[in-house]
Amino acid sequence: MSTATGTRPPAAGDELVVHHQAAEPLLSTRRRLAGAAGLVVAGLVCILVFGLDANPGDASFQVALAGFGPKIPNVQLPGRPACFVLGALVIVLALLHAARGFSRRSMRWVIATAIACFAVSFLCWAATGTPGNPFTLLGLLQTTIAASSVPLVLGALGGIMCERSGVINVAIEGQLLVGAFMGAMVATMANNVAGTLAAAAAGGVLGALLAVFAVKYAVNQVVLGVVLNVLALGLTNFGYNALLQQNSSGLNNPAVLNPIKVPGLSQIPILGPVLFDQNWLVYLTYALIVAVHVWLFRTRWGLRTRAVGEHPRAADTVGINVARMRYRNVIIGGMIAGIGGAYLTIGYAGAFSGNISSGKGFIALAAVIFGRWSPLGAVGAALLFAFADGLQILLPIAGTPTNIPSAFWSMLPYVATVFAVAGLVGKVQAPAADGEPYVKS
Amino acid sequence: MTVETAPASASPAPADQPPRRGLGRRLLDGYLYAGPVTLTVLAFVCGAVVGAVMMVVADPATRSALGYFLAAPGDTFSNGWHAISAGYSALFRGALFNTDSLYSNGGAPIFGPIANTLAYATPLILGGLAVGVAFRAGLFNIGVQGQLIMGAICAGLVGFDVDLPPVIHLVAALLAGIAGGAGWGGLTGWLKARTGAHEVITTIMLNYVALYFLNYLLNVSGFQKPKTNEAVSKPVSGDARLPHLFGANLPVHLDLLIALGAAAGVWWLLTRSTLGFSLRAIGANQNAARTAGMNVERGYLVVMLISGALAGLVGCSQALGARAGGFDNSVDANLGFDAITVALLGQASPWGTVLAGLFFGALNAGRVVMNASTSTPSDVVNVMEAVIVLFIAAPALVRSIFRLRQARGGSRVSALAKGWNG
Repeated sequence: MSTATGTRPPAAGDELVVHHQAAEPLLSTRRRLAGAAGLVVAGLVCILVFGLDANPGDASFQVALAGFGPKIPNVQLPGRPACFVLGALVIVLALLHAARGFSRRSMRWVIATAIACFAVSFLCWAATGTPGNPFTLLGLLQTTIAASSVPLVLGALGGIMCERSGVINVAIEGQLLVGAFMGAMVATMANNVAGTLAAAAAGGVLGALLAVFAVKYAVNQVVLGVVLNVLALGLTNFGYNALLQQNSSGLNNPAVLNPIKVPGLSQIPILGPVLFDQNWLVYLTYALIVAVHVWLFRTRWGLRTRAVGEHPRAADTVGINVARMRYRNVIIGGMIAGIGGAYLTIGYAGAFSGNISSGKGFIALAAVIFGRWSPLGAVGAALLFAFADGLQILLPIAGTPTNIPSAFWSMLPYVATVFAVAGLVGKVQAPAADGEPYVKS
Repeated sequence: MTVETAPASASPAPADQPPRRGLGRRLLDGYLYAGPVTLTVLAFVCGAVVGAVMMVVADPATRSALGYFLAAPGDTFSNGWHAISAGYSALFRGALFNTDSLYSNGGAPIFGPIANTLAYATPLILGGLAVGVAFRAGLFNIGVQGQLIMGAICAGLVGFDVDLPPVIHLVAALLAGIAGGAGWGGLTGWLKARTGAHEVITTIMLNYVALYFLNYLLNVSGFQKPKTNEAVSKPVSGDARLPHLFGANLPVHLDLLIALGAAAGVWWLLTRSTLGFSLRAIGANQNAARTAGMNVERGYLVVMLISGALAGLVGCSQALGARAGGFDNSVDANLGFDAITVALLGQASPWGTVLAGLFFGALNAGRVVMNASTSTPSDVVNVMEAVIVLFIAAPALVRSIFRLRQARGGSRVSALAKGWNG
């Protein structure tokens, strides 16, 4: 390369890029083989389990929602051959990985492709179960987004705000709970906007507690999170039994938000109704996803936050106030999670009931780790969990070639996560100072 | 609270005394430079105060009296006091001693409340030990919930589907339960050791898998109670049940002794054995442990096996003891998460965990009576638990509330789990 390239950013095809990739550490042989073995297993499952068990005939997917938008013909895929082809594709990826090893960066895409192949062949198998009855794909996606994903996504984003600044947040569950409680109560007494604000405030208060104990009193943060969850569960149950139950029409009867069609965008053929015919909390979630990503990676605040989370002493040396940075991020993170809690009540279920979050905060925590502490990764992980959650609601109703007890469908998202985390992701690296109190010396 | 702060504000006067100090001064100093015991007591005081506030808030009479507070402030205070005393006396009657039992003939047994406390405490102690052992090796086992469910399933299967002679049957059921829990915990340890999968994720996920697996079994013949549509297991056969320790009227089973034995075993393991030393070394600093030649991966596997085995015993305690007549999918009774709080209160030390388990057992026994006899929702108990653990974890906060001074010689650093990166 000539010296002239020194000033311009390296473009694709430059030798510089090749150097970059070579400098990036490849995975060790053992890990590479283990990852490949996992992919091979997934591919074999596609071929041997889904392919062979699928009923002969086409898997038919209903792409458009009934009576909504322009008519789109159902997509027909030959069930068995599709499973075979997709499984073979996964195995080819595995062999490539075993032979030369993908870099970490491209491994992400390999994993995403493998998951997609697996999911599609799974759906092909499932959809051949009821020949005359097309599988409502969009219904599934809409359930994914409307029913399950928002609390997970917002909980995970809140967790990332905390953890990037160096404070472990196991209390997402508690933040969702107090958000759901305050959201329902204030929305009943005033209106939904006030309810959402109150939920954010409640989550923020719990975040502030987390911050005070973690930053000022240097309490072990995992301990702290667990205790705050107990506290939130106790307080919300107490409030539910002592207040809401006594006067449920006056305190626990919020109006569920109505879907709002975004003019124009909701007319997009397939994705429009799924993404843009939701209530405004979902739109707020889209905005927050973008906001958190930009905030962390494109602003001065974000740079400082990450500096404080990775190397607080260095950050302190250049004049960043570590404690203040952490307080602010943890409180904002709590507010975001609190809004996620509000979705549980005013966005979806309506009335609050005891322990309404039922472990979603822990799943969000898993999404944070699975997504490697990056906002977009965590959103992807949260969507994956939500999708699996939607599947386990839908599939027992739709029927599959081999009848499988519904309990096993319910396990699906969790088993899938264990496989994904153990087989494909492996050891993840948290922000270096995550969980360590900073004592100024 | 004001009572405690009064001596502190009076302290400046005798501050410049010569070295020879009177008894009062020494007592005051003992309080001001509080050691761990004083701090623990004060944390409990904080928890009690928070509980009292909530009892007042929940009391309808007090709230209505607050409506005319300026007209008759006495009403608010007397009603509030009544709510507090009714609440705490209900807790006391449920957990320790019910005066009614003295006067009634053959009514409530005198030791009934204590027996309830012990019965509630037993699984909490075992679960607390499970969490605590993992903590000491730097692992955060949120999976006691799932491990105890697998333990209960295995113990139950041997208990009602296998025919064995009396004592052997119980031993076999216990071993099956231990194996079930250890297997489920060991799976997490193995995944962490082999692939680096984070134990927090895998344990959370495996909790759900275990729960749904139980849901499935509860609807399968061979496991489900015959001739019902309910999702309840078969009753465990008589020889496989944990025997009562103090007669059939008191719900204390053999598992109490097992729990105490387990605490002694864990104490020996952690403080007297080579394995325990290496586990603690891994927990303190895994890189140093690795450099010193310890096999960190094997440590993860072993500690999760031990932790899971203890959690499996919780499952045995439920399936073969308290719920031997057939259990449903609430067999976990949220013990897995309560156990984390117990371990934290016990600072992950075996005997501390026993005390913490007894205390939480007492609160749980008391909350039943509280629910029945007062208008206060018994969720107050959970809040009190959380507040107490929070204050114990933050001695500096307790010091600043009660205006105490930093103890001489510095404070003990707790060796609990650290950040994600160990």
